Amino acid sequence: MDNMIEQLSIGSVSLVTLATAALLLIVLVFVTYGIYFERKVIGWIQLRQGPNRTGPFGLLQTVADVFKLLIKEDTIPNNADKTVFKLGPIISFIPAFVVLAVIPYTENLYFANLNVGLLYYVALSGISTIGILMGGWASNNKYALLGGMRSVAQMISYEIPLVISMVGVILMTGSLNMIQIVEGQAGGFWSWNIFPQIVAFGIFIIAAVAELNRTPFDLPEAESELIAGYHVEYSGFRFAFYMLSEYVYIYAIAGLTTVLFLGGWHAPFAFLSFIPGLIWFIIKFCSIVFFLFWIRATMPRLRVDHLMGLGWKVLLPLSLVNIFVTAIVLELLK
Amino acid sequence: MSIRTEELLVNVGPQHPSTHGVFRLVVKLDGEVITEATPVIGYLHRGTEKLAENLSYTQIIPYTDRMDYLSAMTNNYVLCHAVETLMKLEIPEKAEYLRVIVMELNRVASHLVWWGTYLLDIGAMSPFLYAFRDREKIVELFNELCGARLTYFYMRVGGVKWDAPPGWIDKVKEFIPYMRKQIEEYEKLVTGNEIFLSRVKDIGKYDSQTAINYGLSGVNLRSTGIDWDLRKQEPYSLYEQFDFDVPTSTDGDCFARYRLRIEEMKQSLSIVEQAVAQFPEEGKIMAKVPRVIRPPAGEVYSRIESPRGEIGCHIVSKGKAEPYRLKFRRPSFVNLQILPELLIGETMTNLVTIFGGIDIVLGEVDC
Repeated sequence: MDNMIEQLSIGSVSLVTLATAALLLIVLVFVTYGIYFERKVIGWIQLRQGPNRTGPFGLLQTVADVFKLLIKEDTIPNNADKTVFKLGPIISFIPAFVVLAVIPYTENLYFANLNVGLLYYVALSGISTIGILMGGWASNNKYALLGGMRSVAQMISYEIPLVISMVGVILMTGSLNMIQIVEGQAGGFWSWNIFPQIVAFGIFIIAAVAELNRTPFDLPEAESELIAGYHVEYSGFRFAFYMLSEYVYIYAIAGLTTVLFLGGWHAPFAFLSFIPGLIWFIIKFCSIVFFLFWIRATMPRLRVDHLMGLGWKVLLPLSLVNIFVTAIVLELLK
Repeated sequence: MSIRTEELLVNVGPQHPSTHGVFRLVVKLDGEVITEATPVIGYLHRGTEKLAENLSYTQIIPYTDRMDYLSAMTNNYVLCHAVETLMKLEIPEKAEYLRVIVMELNRVASHLVWWGTYLLDIGAMSPFLYAFRDREKIVELFNELCGARLTYFYMRVGGVKWDAPPGWIDKVKEFIPYMRKQIEEYEKLVTGNEIFLSRVKDIGKYDSQTAINYGLSGVNLRSTGIDWDLRKQEPYSLYEQFDFDVPTSTDGDCFARYRLRIEEMKQSLSIVEQAVAQFPEEGKIMAKVPRVIRPPAGEVYSRIESPRGEIGCHIVSKGKAEPYRLKFRRPSFVNLQILPELLIGETMTNLVTIFGGIDIVLGEVDC
């Protein structure tokens, strides 16, 4: 696919367009059934059934919900900053979708083989925060403003340990290329990055949940305090975009965790490698997604000041120590 | 360079997920820190006390159901108890047993709702549904006893309306060990959770003197170390016969109140256990009461321990079928008054924690 981008013939452009459309479709199907799965899992944990009315086993519930959002009246508050209000969800969604390009599913199935793939991911995913702030600011609603402010504070605080925890993995592989990172973890589950980089993995998961604005870090949209936070004034399709970008980020983070720490498409044991790499990727990916849903049903919410304290006083120093130790150990083993 | 900052005036409520009803709190925020909080109440005011002046005593009882709708049984009782004291009625033993059983079960149900919604406020979704699963069992028991799930209208002046149906006492007996197991599970799931502890420990602290100055009662008072439970201090009904503890704590914070409510559920279960063990199968459930209740002229103030604190009923009777004046001392209303003081200097997040910790029911605040 590298070559195709270089020589921009009509054929290659249409192929890239097709591939993008296919990715969008995959992501949309994931989001649709990710939400369904989340509601089911949380339902089971909470002694409920989850959706089971629309379609067989409630499989069409999310479809119906999205349809409802599409036909809803599109309202903009009177004194809102209209341009910014409309721009917010778009700014929030585009980076969420664009970062997916660099995630490799198998050695042959990927959309872009960038040699700075990880950097690309980190740089773009930061932009979504601006979309949330724009939404919160432009709504002309106090709760939305508080939610937007919290969101920015939280995302900046957690972006840093998230990135620094990745540095340990980069040191191990010596590359920012996602495919090379996965190739570096070949040969059984003991060579996955999760074991030598267990501290980084812990920091990464915590920071990732915070990045995703999910329980226990769902302060920007804390319903019991801020009602819905930054998207309180949004309805219909714009609201759907915020929700969509949130779930696309779940997809992205689960993919990224699989690639960085769980050995991507590699089988945990050599004798299991007859199973295609894509299946392994999906299994690992789904367990991360399940984990995210699971903690949502289990944990209470953190307090704002504790959240900041945890980010700056615990995760950041710990991730710096992790880099230091990793570097020394790598140097000694050389 | 100095940044120009502005005070933010936020209306928390009347429609807000954490106000548990139509309660409004006008909050002035400096960033996320509260500088002033003013509660605005009255959205649910129905004029119960005034309405009562034109109703016969039995007709007032359903109105008390709708005051503290989470513990309607204790509300029923406080009115009946006041009228009975005024009339110097002797209540049959079986009726008293039934009253104690339902009041204590109602206390458990009320604390369960509190437990679930409090954790919902703090951001944990699941406990709410666990609590409602177990509350449902109590509600079902009440439904079988008096045909209602929330507004029971079960007690009458002189006794109770319905006898326990066959097998009901056995169901209560089965429920007690079940509920004890569930409470253990709750503690395992929630009480030790680090995030939960960081949210409630040392939050909303006040000392015993402040509590007394504000006239707090119930758990809000006992959490500051004062051993004051009307079931012990001024025993009414059959409470003298039962062996139970009044849990207190000296911490005075939200976590202490949480612990005490869990502890009270266990104590209530133990009271119910003793009551069903001694329950007399034979006997009347109503005292000899005239058809139209006309208490002698006079005044009476009776007070009992509701799940939220001291609920009192002051009746001024002129010997007529209707009270001349009826006044309820509602613990939720009194306990709420400390809120503005507690909120100064706290964040929005703690607002929810502190407010939830007081445990008010809006139906009772506005009456």
